[in-house]
Formats: sequence, structure tokens, C-alpha cells
Amino acid sequence: MTKYNGVTMEKLKTIDELNILRERLKEETFKPDTPRIRVCSGTACTASGTPKLVTAIEEETGKKGLKVEVVKTGCQGFCQKGPVLKVEPQDIFYQKVKPEHVRWLINYTVIGGMPYRQGLYRDSFLTDPVPDVADIPFYKKQVRIALRNNGLIDPLNINQYIAVGGYSALAKALSSMTPEQVLDEVDKANLRGRGGAGFPAGKKWRHTKKAQGKIKFVIANGDEGDPGAFMDRSVMEGDPHSLIEGMLLCAYAIGAEYGMIYVRHEYPLAVKNLGIAIKQAEKFGMLGKNILGSGFNFTLDIREGAGAFVCGESTALIASIEGERGFPRPRPPRLSEPGGGAWGYPSNLNNIESYACVPPIIEKGADWFRSIGTENSPGTKVFALTGKVVNTGLVEVPMGITLREIIYDIGGGIMGGKKFKAIQTGGPSGGCIPEGLIDTPVDFDTLTKVGSMMGSGGMVVMDEDNCMVDVAKYFLSFCQSESCGKCPPCRIGTYQMLQILERITSGKGEEGDIERLEKIGKDIKQTALCGLGQAAPNPVLTTIRYFREEYEEHIHDKYCRAKVCSGLGMFRIENDECILCGLCKQACAFDAVKETSRSFLIDQDYCTKCKACYLACPVGAVKVEKKQHVTRDA
Amino acid sequence: MKVEELDIDEKIGNVRDVLGETQKKRGVLIHAFQSIQKEYNYLPEDVLKSLSKKLEIPLAEVYSTASFYKHFYFKLRGKNVVCVCSGTACHVRGSDKVLEKIEESFGIKEGETTPDLSLTLETVGCVGCCGLAPVVTVNEEVVGDLNPKKVTGIIKRVQNAK
Repeated sequence: MTKYNGVTMEKLKTIDELNILRERLKEETFKPDTPRIRVCSGTACTASGTPKLVTAIEEETGKKGLKVEVVKTGCQGFCQKGPVLKVEPQDIFYQKVKPEHVRWLINYTVIGGMPYRQGLYRDSFLTDPVPDVADIPFYKKQVRIALRNNGLIDPLNINQYIAVGGYSALAKALSSMTPEQVLDEVDKANLRGRGGAGFPAGKKWRHTKKAQGKIKFVIANGDEGDPGAFMDRSVMEGDPHSLIEGMLLCAYAIGAEYGMIYVRHEYPLAVKNLGIAIKQAEKFGMLGKNILGSGFNFTLDIREGAGAFVCGESTALIASIEGERGFPRPRPPRLSEPGGGAWGYPSNLNNIESYACVPPIIEKGADWFRSIGTENSPGTKVFALTGKVVNTGLVEVPMGITLREIIYDIGGGIMGGKKFKAIQTGGPSGGCIPEGLIDTPVDFDTLTKVGSMMGSGGMVVMDEDNCMVDVAKYFLSFCQSESCGKCPPCRIGTYQMLQILERITSGKGEEGDIERLEKIGKDIKQTALCGLGQAAPNPVLTTIRYFREEYEEHIHDKYCRAKVCSGLGMFRIENDECILCGLCKQACAFDAVKETSRSFLIDQDYCTKCKACYLACPVGAVKVEKKQHVTRDA
Repeated sequence: MKVEELDIDEKIGNVRDVLGETQKKRGVLIHAFQSIQKEYNYLPEDVLKSLSKKLEIPLAEVYSTASFYKHFYFKLRGKNVVCVCSGTACHVRGSDKVLEKIEESFGIKEGETTPDLSLTLETVGCVGCCGLAPVVTVNEEVVGDLNPKKVTGIIKRVQNAK
């Protein structure tokens, strides 16, 4: 027996030993009568102060001589209100907890069994605080499958994972199912790839299984490069064992012996936690030779990325694993075919979240999985809800939920009571969905129909202060700078499109620019080599489709209605609102703001439309208007 | 890490059983860069040369691979690295203003290092901390919920760490 990370380890030789251990652990861990505090230790909460909080809790309980179990869990999702924690057995949820709150929190809740009002969640000052987790709107509509253990267990403790039912799907598969049956179950569940395109995982597995050759690979794609998406990160950091178990089941089904997890280097905590989890699983005998006495062998390695977005594309990821430049390769051969995968061996590549969904499917059956979500997109999907919503964070919802429910019920509406304008789904490869389509149900097919895509699950909400042309420019410049440069349509095409957008947003747009963008965009879509290139024009094409008038305004009226783009519009000081503070005059670097005895005014001949005065005005008296308004008034 | 001490079999992991010698040497390349960078903070030319010899990969190809990835540097970097996230969520919540403010106060542009090597300023695609947008990482630590005013705190922290 060895000790690792405070966890007692012994190698399990049979499935029965695992079951006995689980029974024992079920009794030993998470005893119902022990007071317990589950503190979120995800990246966001850690940034907001979890480490100090944990020290404070330990000090306070030590001082009072209380026996309180502190569980440092993975991301609980509610990043906006971090650090968050749950106190059990009362099941009270606290948010934005500071070390100075700890004393009261323990006095009230742990000792007194009552909620500590100041730390509770509340919608606003006008509403009553909500103590119960289940009643908080952010959590109410969520259904957790991939994130089932996030917020529940300590990711570094395999015992806790086993105690809550971990590796029981593996035990079930090894003891009572043939590889073919495992495959059939996943196929029947119609689990679609959570990485974006939604290709059925069962089909992919079958392809790899059928491929010639004895040596096969199972690879997990944790190169979550999409800006605004972090669901894979929270699985890798908060519940690494469920990823390992999912990969084990896949390997068992398709007959693979080697596995690899490709993680991007921007996630150091994920790399660390996965490394620890793999070591623990090896010590327990879940990884290695003759797993649980079944004769099934499987090993796992971690591969770290090095900051190339394109490596999230399957063939580029393979190239990177092999130690080459991360260039995509032409397909076929597909990854699942001989000659296509890592070092030419047939490989099955899935997203982290897809693997994390597999153990519950095997455990509870395909029919249970199909009962959640919609007919063609069963199950749940994790979204990273970010941007201008009140409650940002990770949410896992059943497929088929409408965007409105996500934004208003879970997200709590738009920040600062502004007007909703669009929601961007699918990262740089996705598209913007306008207000008119806010009742669109979220599943793979419907999102594709409206011109966007599921992508890896980033959802960025935009309000009236966001300029759609600027947003399109942002995504395109991201794709342009991340283009690997192998194929000309992507390398040159995105550059040309970006030049046109630069022109439009700086007030130099010309007649015909929109049509040019559409033409180049369509050409790139048809001719680029890899999925990233083919999807790169999407943000521009969807914004043109739904927000054409904003483009036209930029080009013809030289006006940006969101007042984001500088160099556009006509600047004017509204005398009725002006408080004569003179800040605009100070801010202007070009002496365009003139002062008279009773007012300030902007000399249009000097004005460079840099927006300095607009930003400096404390009362919003500097107006940016369409040109014609001003000339008519004058 | 000394290049001579690089254990190819150990670095490549369990897949060593099915790979040939050349495949192993090639496969370990990115790992090797990472360990070199960890030690020297960048990829020095002479170390890359000995790596090229050790792995029997032409130096041109070693450079070609290293230069493809954004994470590898060929120039010495500052003691502190401030990284402004320019992901979508941070962008719509005003990360460019945060970047501007930092650029202004240190007199360096994105991607540059101060002459005294105390600070390197970079941007990153996304650190996955979108809930706290806009965010900046100072060395490994994530600082969130920023605005141009709060940035001053970070600047001070970096200066004190000098």
C-alpha cells in the first residue's frame, strides 16, 4: 500500500475488488452527518480568492475545534459570483464569499444551521435572497451530465470519484458487456461530437474499430482554442477521472491500447490535474496492463500543445502530436483509417466533453440519454455563457432549450438593463444570431440552419453597445492571425476580407464592399483545406445576413450606431445637456473643441473623430450622429 | 534541462512500444522545446543546435517547428509576463482598453519587453476565464473583472515584484 496525494492506494486486481472498495468508500466519504463545505476551486474562483478563503475556513474551524470537511471541487459554473461555496448538510449556497465572512458563515450555518443572509445569492437588492441551490435561477434549468461531478468532488481524489459511482460504467462494461455492445449502446444513444460539428460518436468509433491494423489510438482533443469557451477546461480540471473513464470505454469498444490527451498549454492546472489523475488511475489498476483482471490493456499519455489554434483541427492535432508543424492534412485518409491517424495508426479523436458523457450512457443506458434533449440531438450540452449577461459562467442544459431561456432565465438578462442585440455561438467558426431568432431551440441542426453552429459551446451575448461589424472584424482577425498559412484561400482570403472590414470600420468603406466580402467569403468556404479555414468567413457572412443595415450605415452614412468604431459619424455637443466642465476640450488633442462664453462646440474641420471627447464627457452631452442630421440642423 | 540528459523514451510515454526510433525522436520535439523553455525562459540558439544533433533532425526543421507555435520564443523575455486576454468575452467587455492602458504605463507595445527585462507584455487568445472578463494573467496568476482603472493595481504589483 502506498500513499499518493493523501489517497491510500492499492492496486485493484478484479472488478469485485473495485466494487468492494466502492461500497467501503461510499460509507467512509461524504458521511451525511458531517458538516461539509464544498468550495469551488476552478480557475475563475481561484482568481477571485478561493485560496485565502480556504485558509480562513481552516483557521476558523481550527480555532473553534469544529470538525468540518472542506472539499475543494472543480468549477461549479457560477464564475461571475465567485468564489462560491456550498455548506452541507443544509445545502446552502454562498457567493462572493470573502475571508471576513467566514466567521459569520460558520457561526450561523455550521454551528447554528441557519443561512447567513449577507452571503446568499439574490437577484437584486429588491428581492429576497435565495439560500437553496435548487432555487437559484442560474442552476434551476440546468441538467448535469458531463459536469455531473463538478462541484461535488475533489478532482485530485480518486476515492471520492469512486465513492460517487466513478468507474462503475467501466466495471459494468468489462464484466457484462462485449466491446460490440458498448459500441452499440453509444451508437443507440446517438451521442454527437461535442467539439462542434456534431458527428455521431458511435459512427466514428465504428469506423475506427473496422479499420485494419492491430494498433489503434484513442485521442482526446483538449485544445480548446475557441475564445470564449472553457467547458473542456472545467472537465479536465474538475473531473479528470470521468474523461479517463470515457476514454477507457472507447478504447474497450474499439480495441485500442494507447490513448493520448492533447491539452493546450494555456491550461496549466488542467495538465497538472490530469497528470495526477492518470498516476492515481495507474496505481489503482484502471490504466495499464490487464485492467481489473479483464485482460484489457490501455495506457494514457498527455501531450501539451504550444499555442496554435489550428491544432484543434483533427489532422493538425495529429501533426502536432507527431512533433511536426501543426499543418492540417488533406483528407482522406480520415483519422479512423490506416494512414490517417497518429503515426499512421487508425485513431479515434473526440472532444473532452464527448468522452465525459460516455460513462453515464453506459451506466444508465442509451434510452435514458435519449430521454434528455431532442430527437436528433440527445443529451445535454455545456455552454460557456459570457459577454454582456448578468450571470456569466458554465451552464449545462438539455438540447432543445431556447436561446431566450439561456439568456434570460439562466443568464439573468442583459447587463445594465441594455437592449439585447445578438448572441454569438460557436466561437470564431460560428455566427451571430439576431434578436428575431432568440426563440430558436439550441441543437446541432437548428443552429446550422440559421447560419451559425454549435461549435465547442461558447456563447457570447452582445448588447446595443456592440458593433456587429467590429465583432465580425474581431473574429476574422482572430482567424487571420491563427491561419496556419498552408492553403492560400485561408491565408490570403481572410487577409483580404480583413482589409475590407478595416476600411469599413474606419469610415473608408466603398460601394460594393459588402458584395465583395460575400464573394470572397463564399470562395473561402468552398476551397479552404481544413474545417477552420472553411468556417473562418462565417462570422462575417452571418453578420451580413442579419445585420446588413449596420454594414450599409458604416459604408454609406459613415456612422456606427453602437459608437464603437472611431473615425465614423459627426460629433456634436448638445448644449442643453452640457455642464460646461471643459473635459472635452482638455481631452481633444487636435484643438477641435472650441470654447465660447456660454458653450462648447466642435469644429468639424479640425475634428478627427477620435472619440476622445465622447469618452471624456461625464454627462454624455457629446453626441455622435449621422452626418445628415447635423447639416440639416445647421 | 540539459539536452544531453533528455530521455526520449521517458518523454514520449507509453506509446514508445509501437514507435520507431525516428518517430520517437520527432515526437519528443515539442516536449523538448517546452522543457528547454521552462529552464531558459526562451529557446537559445546553441541549445537548439545541440537538440538538433541529439535528435538527428536538421536545425532548419527544428526552427520550422518551433517557430510555428506561438508559445515558443527565440528572444529573452522579461522576469514578469503580463498577458492580456483578447478572447471574445474579454473583447466585448473592453480588453483593448486594458491593453492600451498597460502599454501606455510601461511604454512598450504588445509582444515587447521592457529594456530592463522586468516585464514582457503579451496577448493571448483566451485563458478560459471568460466569466471574469476582461482578464489579465500576471505570470501564472489570473486577475479578473478589470477595467482600465483597476489595471493600475496590477501595474503596481508587477513593479513591486521587480
